[in-house]
Amino acid sequence: MFAALSERFSKVLRDLRGLSKITEPSLEPVLAEVRQALMAADVHFRVARDFTERVKAACLGQAVTESVTPAQMAVKVIHDELAKLLGGEARALAARRPLRILLVGLHGSGKTTTAAKLARHLRAKEGVAKPFLVGADIHRPAAIDQLETLAAQEGVGFLSDRASRDAAALAGAALARALAEGADAVIVDTAGRLQADADLMAEVVRIREAVRPDEVFLVADAALGQQAVDVAARFHAATPLTGLILTKLDGDARGGAALSIREVTGVPIRYLGTGEKPGDFETFQPGRMAGRILGMGDVVSLVEKAQATVDQREAERLAEKMRKGDFDLEDFLSQMRQMRSMGPLGDIMKMLPGMGGMQVGAREEGMLRRTEAILTSMTRRERRKPDLLNASRRSRIARGSGTQVADVNAMLKQFGQMRDVMRMMRGGKGKELMRRMGGMGGGGGFRPPGMFR
Amino acid sequence: MAGWLDRLRAGLSRTADSLASVLGRPLDARSARLLEEGLLAADLGPETAAEVVAAVAEAWRREPALRSGGAAEVAAAVLARRLGGSPWRPDWSAAPLVILLVGVNGAGKTTTAAKLAHRLQAEGHPALLGACDTFRAAAGAQLEAWATRLGVPVVGGQPGADPAAVAFDAVAAGRARGAHAVLLDSAGRLHTKAHLMEELRKVARVAGKAHPGAPHERWLVVDGSLGANSIEQAKVFHEAVGLTGLVVTKLDGAGKGGAAVGIARATGVPVRFIGVGEAPDDLQPLDPEAYARALVGL
Repeated sequence: MFAALSERFSKVLRDLRGLSKITEPSLEPVLAEVRQALMAADVHFRVARDFTERVKAACLGQAVTESVTPAQMAVKVIHDELAKLLGGEARALAARRPLRILLVGLHGSGKTTTAAKLARHLRAKEGVAKPFLVGADIHRPAAIDQLETLAAQEGVGFLSDRASRDAAALAGAALARALAEGADAVIVDTAGRLQADADLMAEVVRIREAVRPDEVFLVADAALGQQAVDVAARFHAATPLTGLILTKLDGDARGGAALSIREVTGVPIRYLGTGEKPGDFETFQPGRMAGRILGMGDVVSLVEKAQATVDQREAERLAEKMRKGDFDLEDFLSQMRQMRSMGPLGDIMKMLPGMGGMQVGAREEGMLRRTEAILTSMTRRERRKPDLLNASRRSRIARGSGTQVADVNAMLKQFGQMRDVMRMMRGGKGKELMRRMGGMGGGGGFRPPGMFR
Repeated sequence: MAGWLDRLRAGLSRTADSLASVLGRPLDARSARLLEEGLLAADLGPETAAEVVAAVAEAWRREPALRSGGAAEVAAAVLARRLGGSPWRPDWSAAPLVILLVGVNGAGKTTTAAKLAHRLQAEGHPALLGACDTFRAAAGAQLEAWATRLGVPVVGGQPGADPAAVAFDAVAAGRARGAHAVLLDSAGRLHTKAHLMEELRKVARVAGKAHPGAPHERWLVVDGSLGANSIEQAKVFHEAVGLTGLVVTKLDGAGKGGAAVGIARATGVPVRFIGVGEAPDDLQPLDPEAYARALVGL
């Protein structure tokens, strides 16, 4: 999620590093880039504008301190503003039992699928013993069948009335029956509706009155465009929303719509739908997301993971070399292997600084293997002294690793950039991170070991 | 379509008003930004927005007396050109003409399949529906409900059946029954799922074994309320099955479907139909010029 946004932000961070003084003119191009990045991610244009205004005001208003460079300060301001945009702490589910939940949204946003996922989640994580699904979508053909099938798959209760032409009466009656049967949570699935459709919006108000829900979730496609704000505002006006469930996050949607909704209506993001399987559903953690967007990575999670797997002594040694800037290809290979021992690349990459923008899948795993092949086709001496690698050696390495000379060149070029960044990172905050991570990351904006194209 | 255009205009009127006030004065940095924002608000995407701003600025430079109406015409012309495309003229000699509908989850493929069948039947071309979405719970039932309502035959399979096999059966049935068109409704899939894109290629391949040249049309169904991501979606689907057309749905909402311009721009694939409501008749051919003009409030 927010991957592309993150990619754009790592460029912003690179630009910031060149900033020696914070003045309005020097900040202007950076802010323009921030605004562009937000807009390209479908953040509402007004939200994007306000965001950059706030960043600007905060940057210019900061007192200059000795220990922090202007660039670091600007990054922190952007980070804090983003965190605000995402909304502080995760909000807990309403405590009342039996719990009544109403799902509303546009057509095709994923309400029915989400209803089933939510029922499973409640049972697994919220101590609900007997959830019921209520099918109140009397408009879409076979919507009720779809919910019934899903309910059966999950082994949860299901109630509806196919003959009914009144969704509110249906929902009210089904709710009463579910409660009589001992339900401790009832999830009401409603028909998709356009926020501009007065009749259907009136219907959702009647359903709410019949159900009197503790939680009203707007289910929204993460790829929603500029109209997301209007959708959320109108649903919020019709029936006060208590949260947002973002769906289809297994795609590469940039999620900007979600940021806008939170900012304009104040309705927090509560859950994420991350796949087609019933278990692909998670609670949204706003605190850790800002760092990921900025390409600063979710270092907290990463450290937790690394501590469990990484060889501490080797990590210390690599960090020391990195700090001194004499990191060679031998270290690169060692670091790469350490990282791979931590598990599926995709999961790690999302937490790594500067790498959030990458789509990690089979292709990237393949690239990593290719990089390893190139590295192992070198002699140890070549890895220690990459300067030795002249054209003839490069062509031998390409043959040996089954790659092209261009691939070898690209890998070396990327390695060079990475080393440059490390030198830049000498001193400052990077040090502490690198010591702990054994050189897992580094500054923002460069590709991880082995990731070149 | 007139009704829909009116609604689109109404939805855009605030944008259009602010654009009018911008376009009434010479273009400076501030008004250029406002113009750009208005275009972005319609999901046109940064590239297209920048292009329109540049065209308007250029028109102004040549003709300083240009006022908002004229400037909006310039903007509309750019957008219409980007949308491009000529009206769809199906080649019935290859009947049954096989149309495969693809798209992400919830785009409106099943509804579009039904509406298309209805439209073709009304024009005197007997159609047949193939329910190749064997994954989503009750997707087949949804298409069957439509088929019954519209009086269109449907060929389906068991839940979990191989969608390519269903496609084969549907195309074979279409041939046997002398249908003019076979509409294949595929399961929704996110473009980031490589194995599902592979499955889609297989459906297309196998359909071709039942009838040479099938599927003759491969249309992407896009939700008009989505933003820039729909361009990504289109690119990947295009790569996988070679799209021949787009259907933009749900344009009766506040969604302006501006992303359609970006998709046409990125893939060169023309918009064939737009979905403007829930009734069977609410699927209309797109008139690029009328649509582009509505986008800028003309």
